[in-house]
Amino acid sequence: MSESTVQNPPSAPAALLPGERKGLTKKELTSDHPTWCPGCGDFSVLALYLKLIEKRKLWHEKIATVAGIGCSSRFPYFVQANGVHYIHGRALPFASGISLTRPDLHLFVFGGDGDAFSIGGNHLNHAARKNIKMTYVIMDNWVYGLTKKQTSPTSPIGFKSKTDQWGSVDQPINPMKQLISAGASFIARATHANPNHLLQMMEAAMDHDGFSVVECLSECVEFYEGAFDASNPRKGGKFELVPADHDVTNDVAAYKLADAAFPGYFGIFYKSDRPTKNKLEAKINADVQEKVAGKKDWEILQATFNKLK
Amino acid sequence: MSDLSTSTVKGPETTVSKISEVVIRFAGNSQDGIQAIGGFLARLAGRSEQEVMTFMTIPSTISGGPSIFQVRIGSGEVLSAGDEADVLMAFYQHSYEGHISSLRKGGIVIYDSDHVQPNPEWEKNYRHVGIPITGRTVEAIGGTAKDKGKNIFSLGLVAKIFDLDVPKLERLITERFGGKNPGVLKNAMLAFNAGYGYSTGSILQTFQFTDSAKRSRNQVVMTGNEAMAYGFIAAGVRFGAAYPITPWSEIMEILRRELPKYGGTFVQCEDEIASISMAIGAGWAGRVAVTGSSGPGISLKTEALGWAVNAEVPLVVVDVQRGGPSTGLPTAVEQSDLNIACYGGHGDAPRVVLAPMGVEDCFYTAIEAVNIARKYNVPVIILSDQSIGTRIEAFEEPDLEKICQDISPDLSPVEDYTPYALDEELHRRVVPGTIIKNGKYPVAGGLEHDEMGHPTGTPQLHMQMTAKRRRKLQRLAAELPAPKIYGSPEGNLLLVGWGSTNGPIREAVDRARAAGDSVSALNIRNINPLPPGLENIFAGFDNISVVEMNDEGLYGYGQLCGLLRARFCDPKIRGLTKTDGLTWRVREILERAKVTIADAVRKM
Repeated sequence: MSESTVQNPPSAPAALLPGERKGLTKKELTSDHPTWCPGCGDFSVLALYLKLIEKRKLWHEKIATVAGIGCSSRFPYFVQANGVHYIHGRALPFASGISLTRPDLHLFVFGGDGDAFSIGGNHLNHAARKNIKMTYVIMDNWVYGLTKKQTSPTSPIGFKSKTDQWGSVDQPINPMKQLISAGASFIARATHANPNHLLQMMEAAMDHDGFSVVECLSECVEFYEGAFDASNPRKGGKFELVPADHDVTNDVAAYKLADAAFPGYFGIFYKSDRPTKNKLEAKINADVQEKVAGKKDWEILQATFNKLK
Repeated sequence: MSDLSTSTVKGPETTVSKISEVVIRFAGNSQDGIQAIGGFLARLAGRSEQEVMTFMTIPSTISGGPSIFQVRIGSGEVLSAGDEADVLMAFYQHSYEGHISSLRKGGIVIYDSDHVQPNPEWEKNYRHVGIPITGRTVEAIGGTAKDKGKNIFSLGLVAKIFDLDVPKLERLITERFGGKNPGVLKNAMLAFNAGYGYSTGSILQTFQFTDSAKRSRNQVVMTGNEAMAYGFIAAGVRFGAAYPITPWSEIMEILRRELPKYGGTFVQCEDEIASISMAIGAGWAGRVAVTGSSGPGISLKTEALGWAVNAEVPLVVVDVQRGGPSTGLPTAVEQSDLNIACYGGHGDAPRVVLAPMGVEDCFYTAIEAVNIARKYNVPVIILSDQSIGTRIEAFEEPDLEKICQDISPDLSPVEDYTPYALDEELHRRVVPGTIIKNGKYPVAGGLEHDEMGHPTGTPQLHMQMTAKRRRKLQRLAAELPAPKIYGSPEGNLLLVGWGSTNGPIREAVDRARAAGDSVSALNIRNINPLPPGLENIFAGFDNISVVEMNDEGLYGYGQLCGLLRARFCDPKIRGLTKTDGLTWRVREILERAKVTIADAVRKM
């Protein structure tokens, strides 16, 4: 096989050698001015994403930021790097196509609760089950903000919206439980109101080799003001970390932790080092390619055609 | 087998007749391995430099149900699977009764006398040969195999009757069953030899094919689905994603099995939307990827397809058409997805649509689709269908060393990049991993955008960008070759077709011209955009009938016909459609064309 014709993406992102290339500044990373409402929690997530890129010295061309549809999904337009603003709910399969063909990129997906748990709910299950390497930050605001206050899959029972004038009656999704059941291999919970913790969680997610998810509470000041006050000490609430003795490799324990009433716990709920689909497919390819070693692509195809004569 | 009696050689024991072609129909149940007999015969024909085309129906039930396989083998050009069979091999009473009408008068019906009670009326019109196929198979193999193996027994019978190359057939059987447990191959050989050795005595003559013209290259034998899958591999596609659906699944199964050899991957997704999204994602990331489906799956993919049009990301989507709407006829053929392929989805979303006209063309269309998608940064839909996808044909082996191409992305740094430049030029798409020296990186999105991909709602830019996406296709249209007429460039009637109707339409032309009628044909491979020069071709004919396997619609014409009428405003373009889920028979086309033209003349 001629090396040039093999799908041979550059290998995984290499660590930056000192003095090789400078890290990017916030200015270099900033693109369009965010269109979010003043006070929106999403500003905090964006600022920390840029900080993460700065801190880890990621390069423009190696970053892929993908989003679906929703307020939070405008994200890629505000980052000076390769970005994708895809269709509603389908950012994860789009990103999977990137992940499985370009392991050399740092792949981040941003979206809201509608993308993650409603229209794209099944994609979340399958990206998690397949453990496709990427980092997914779900900016959960418990409401549909872009379309101006309809019920979301995470809206609590009794939430009054334009589609539930008497208060929502449908049981909300518990993101942590959903992600544990789906088999995500890194699951963390954070809030926009605690930036240091959120940055820690995003960084840990980025360093995880697998499908890593951070659910970040991100307040919609316009349509669900005060939704997360109970989790914010500055507003009289309580920010409680995952207990130090919690075994992050125990999914049953994680599920119990997720059962706590709001505001619940923040931190890493679950982490597993089971192999990614990326690695498993690479293993299949390596095994299969042993049998055709040294052959050019056309010679491999010729051998197949010889059997069809 | 029309020239069956041209030269009869009487030997001491049997009569040997020279034939140039034969149509054999095997009718039984789906679990009888009928497709396997057909496959062996098709492959044998390919190895013998003969032309071959097959046709099969399979029930959409999970297991069981009537199934047929028809194979037409000829020393000359074979254009369709044949209107009428010369030989019918019927395994059951229902096969006998259901398919006797497909046999030409005077044709031979070979029936399993263990299962079939012949009808005395029919015995007058068809030569009946009863053979205890089940009994003899059980006898040959032994009781434990039950009646498994009667397909191979029947293959032996056919080999005897048509004086086929036994060593070649035995080699094919060995290739097919050799890998399994040795008992399987032994039983297959026992059944084959029992069939071959069965004495049809004086009841049947032996037929011999006349020699075929020598070919410069070997032939390969495969289905349209196989040809398409291998075409993608030759084109350099190394990633795809799909969800299983009949009759598309075979393509994804092959790609899943084959791509790892080339360092590629094919992913079975949770649904159709995820599949197209994954393929677009991979395409955006650097290398054209493929997805595909049939009927319902294509409907589900249309929102994402519109995104790829807007974001100008290359993509190839295969639609192996089946009967619709909804679940429709999952295992029957129809050409009713032309409209969704050309227009499906919301908004103005121009995309390219290609329709391969046969099995061989599936291979080359796959490559063409990939190259158009890359060059124009646009989704390309390939409209195959159940008939092309599942039938087996022999075709000249492609020169793979020349054809196989490398489409790895170019990641060399660029000074700057304007992904949606309004300068009417085709630009290299700069993909992630490429350093853009001015530090301005592109965003691909579904929102209307400016030249850098950033959202804008200005009336001016929406007009300009809409026109830009359309003009890419107009530019492609100008570069397309004018289609070639089959037959004379002037005449009374032009039969226009697309896709799998190509063979029967050409055969209809041959037959009509032989009878002195002024008929020509035109196959349109480029459905959207249409190729240049059609108006000049149409001007040479008094009548134009567009032959399609879809409904005549509210106004009396099918889907391609509607497009051509809208494009050329020419009332002499008329529809000739049907929706029985079966491929066109040559006779059917000719009869219907005559009626259509007569009608039109009366109306004038």
